[in-house]
Amino acid sequence: MYSVKEPDAGTPERKSSEQVTLEIDGRAVTVPAGTSVMRAAADAGVRVPKLCATESLEAFGSCRLCLVQIEGRRGYPASCTTIVEPGMKVKTQSDPLAKLRRGVMEMYISDHPLDCLTCPTNGNCELQEQAGVVGLREVRYGFDGANHFKQAEKDTSNPYFDFDPAKCIACSRCVRACEEVQGTFALTLQGRGFESKIASGNTDFKSSECVSCGACVQACPTATLVEKSIVERGQPDHSVVTTCAYCGVGCSFRAEVKGSEVVRMVPNKDGHANHGHSCVKGRFAWGYATHKDRITKPMIRRSIHDPWREVSWDEAIAYAASEFKRIQAEHGRGAVGGITSSRCTNEETYLVQKLVRAAFGNNNVDTCARVCHSPTGYGLKTTLGESAGTQNFDSVEHADVIVVIGANPTDAHPVFASQMKRRLRAGARLIVIDPRGIDLVRSAHVEAAHHLQLRPGTNVAVINALAHVVVTEGLYAESFVRTRCEQPAFDKWKAFISDPRHAPEVTEEITGVPAAELRAAARLYATGGNAAIYYGLGVTEHSQGSTMVMGIANLAMVTGNIGRPGVGVNPLRGQNNVQGSCDMGSFPHELPGYRHVSDPAVRALFGAAWGVDIDSEPGLRIPNMFDAAIGGSFKGLYVQGEDIAQSDPNTQHVFAALESLECLVVQDLFINETAKFAHVFLPGSSFLEKDGTFTNAERRISRVRKVTPPLAGKADWETTLALAEALGYPMQYTHPSQIMDEIARLTPTFTGVSYARLDELGSIQWPCNDRAPGGTPVMHIDEFVRGKGKFVITEYVATQERVNRKFPLILTTGRILSQYNVGAQTRRTANNTWHDEDRLELHPHDAEQRGIKDGEWCKIVSRAGETVLRATISERMQPGVVYTTFHFPGSGANVITTENSDWATNCPEYKVTAVQVSPTTEPASKWQRRFGEFSEQQDALLPPQSDPR
Amino acid sequence: MDALKLVQMANQIATFFESDPDPAAVHDGIAGHIRRFWDPRMRRALLQHIDEQAGEGCRPAVLAAIAANRENLTPAR
Repeated sequence: MYSVKEPDAGTPERKSSEQVTLEIDGRAVTVPAGTSVMRAAADAGVRVPKLCATESLEAFGSCRLCLVQIEGRRGYPASCTTIVEPGMKVKTQSDPLAKLRRGVMEMYISDHPLDCLTCPTNGNCELQEQAGVVGLREVRYGFDGANHFKQAEKDTSNPYFDFDPAKCIACSRCVRACEEVQGTFALTLQGRGFESKIASGNTDFKSSECVSCGACVQACPTATLVEKSIVERGQPDHSVVTTCAYCGVGCSFRAEVKGSEVVRMVPNKDGHANHGHSCVKGRFAWGYATHKDRITKPMIRRSIHDPWREVSWDEAIAYAASEFKRIQAEHGRGAVGGITSSRCTNEETYLVQKLVRAAFGNNNVDTCARVCHSPTGYGLKTTLGESAGTQNFDSVEHADVIVVIGANPTDAHPVFASQMKRRLRAGARLIVIDPRGIDLVRSAHVEAAHHLQLRPGTNVAVINALAHVVVTEGLYAESFVRTRCEQPAFDKWKAFISDPRHAPEVTEEITGVPAAELRAAARLYATGGNAAIYYGLGVTEHSQGSTMVMGIANLAMVTGNIGRPGVGVNPLRGQNNVQGSCDMGSFPHELPGYRHVSDPAVRALFGAAWGVDIDSEPGLRIPNMFDAAIGGSFKGLYVQGEDIAQSDPNTQHVFAALESLECLVVQDLFINETAKFAHVFLPGSSFLEKDGTFTNAERRISRVRKVTPPLAGKADWETTLALAEALGYPMQYTHPSQIMDEIARLTPTFTGVSYARLDELGSIQWPCNDRAPGGTPVMHIDEFVRGKGKFVITEYVATQERVNRKFPLILTTGRILSQYNVGAQTRRTANNTWHDEDRLELHPHDAEQRGIKDGEWCKIVSRAGETVLRATISERMQPGVVYTTFHFPGSGANVITTENSDWATNCPEYKVTAVQVSPTTEPASKWQRRFGEFSEQQDALLPPQSDPR
Repeated sequence: MDALKLVQMANQIATFFESDPDPAAVHDGIAGHIRRFWDPRMRRALLQHIDEQAGEGCRPAVLAAIAANRENLTPAR
């Protein structure tokens, strides 16, 4: 529960056009039909005692504390489960009610340890509070009878919270939270009567199916489930609302603080993206912010083989600036560039691209979206007119058919996955298009109607086949297409897609997807009601990533599934601010708001505001920077908050490029893999240490608020300002709000955005301007941003990365729940409990053929390199396809991925690498040994660090 | 810049636009994409490769697109 108390109306809000007026304790109150008496009372300012009720869960009616009297009804109904009726007269206080409640409370307390003064939730316990509310003064039964609190053993196995059954009142809130909020069904109420107890299956919490989302801890009214951080550090004294710095869901949190120390992160029930839910990363894995590995002093060195030297901020900034100036003087204006971060705020990425364009004088700026969702930007802009998803997350509640393509939401976007699973449990049908049997295919109370288990690299053939069925079976939305889309482009596309080569019976040989299954899925998508597509990097990280995004848009348009709640095309963004970093002009061809640098009017606008001439030529994208560095024309790079050495493909090529640079400036929390090649290290600030905004996958701009002072003395935006000034381009901002004001002045989709407006509304989905002053939850309602939707021909072209006798398997890479991206944050938390190494997942058939045993070492060789990982044998894989994650640098997952990339954007083809796998007794490849030695050398070059805490 | 890599990238771009039945649209698409997304040094290196190596490795559509749009693709500096 929240330490900093929030009102709790007891049961969920109901929405209805019908209003009901009733009387509670003599006060008239009007509420939507379907509302509980308890919630209506709360609306009337009347607090009904309760224990098993909380507004995040459906009413349960077990504690018998919320009894009321209703005129004309016999007995004492529970107010949480009784629905309001017109004219109802309710009494919440009377002598009989008080007696009943005290009797109930007596029984609870008789089986509860009275250690309140030493209890971690003392003063913040609903049982304690309600005992006071009902006026409990004695427990007639005493404490010597049969009870639970003397024998029960505490379960401390979870690294983040304890389970103390001695304090449990069996209210079932934790069980219901696990079911209703999270959708994991890991907890049960075992036994009956006195034997009733909460259980995480037949094992402890850590070994159970629990995903540590924290929903049960949040729901617990006592100290039965309580965060270890609260046990260890005590309760907070204030809280600050901010936004999570992990995935693209962008959950709102209350950072609960004691002094200047964060003691707990609790999901904000008013959060528009998460509605009070969280996952193991945002809820618990924030300890990295004060990890001993944090570098808090600027450092410089001439060569990467020299020891680092701690220097003042001024000296480090001056050195970096002088090196960039020297390089430009010697090698030309285009010899330097910058990389913005999807982990940093909008304001910070805006400043870095402004620095590159105004102080460096070129467009050599890129962002990590290059390696994830750049095809989304290209594909959706081309077809729909805007480089962003079409819906808000809540739209899924109106979906009848949900299609998940190349995404694994339960691992990578867990809070949205819970919302999606709620909709699926309520009856929506699910189609999964994925080479792997992801959890959504079959999990508790969720089962996909169709799992199209395609071969990696054949996405476009599948999406074309789906569209072929829709068009040739006459299932398309003719009226929508006629009124909303470009007719000539549609006619051309219709002729293309109707060709028999796209029929599922033909594509089956390419994709491996049975034709009948595909036809059934196409019919369901086209005719099943509101159909929404959610997709991830399994769509974009292919040589045809952009083509596939356009294929998805084609399919949505041809079925009319665009422009209203419940439908749409929804890219699930990997990192917290991928959308924002792209919006802010981080791409080398676009200024903020996705406006091409070749447009003279746009250049004039920014040129006038910034007082410079803006280069009209596109700059280098990240892979091009690497090639130019090796080629000798690119010598200096400013990297803010990205670890390109670990995250980008073909590691050996990336290392060679970084070694070629004369000046690499890394601004980060830690000495990451990229920083090992750096000449200047500028300490970064975590999301807890600065003000700003993040924009999530649904275009929602949310405030990031400074919770604690920056450990190194500067927030990231201040560091960029200092560097710009040293480069001779001073920027005059004293607070990030002023940066957002400038963005709003220069960007038509942001003109209504300001910190004041964000504080007022809580969050805003862009476009936010005169036409949409409150923001835009659903786009393209009456017309597409580009006017008419454009159908694009999407011919399937097989990847050049082919399997053969030497490399007979396809490797695909991805993410897991407990770790995040390159792991720089989560590896420095107790999340390693669940995943402490990257493993190679392969099908039992492939393992048996090669003599590979579960848990043993295996060598993975591709055309780019080789590495060694432990094997995990799993039937989630299809034969011929192997899988790994890239969360640990020593794994060398990207040593084996190749430089093949999307034709339009150069987004790497992480999802298809031809490999061979064989058993080995050596726990490391040559590259891994070299990497280990290099890392040790670099560690030795660091000055002794003091613990930042 | 690695000319062979640039040729491969240009060929990939061509492969996408070649599915348009209109040859003029194919050439405009290829040239337009390269002009909008390639840094000048990349364009320069590709043009140099085409001039010096007779366009070795390039798909015919790439060569035709570049021939038809040479001036627009040539960096000013």
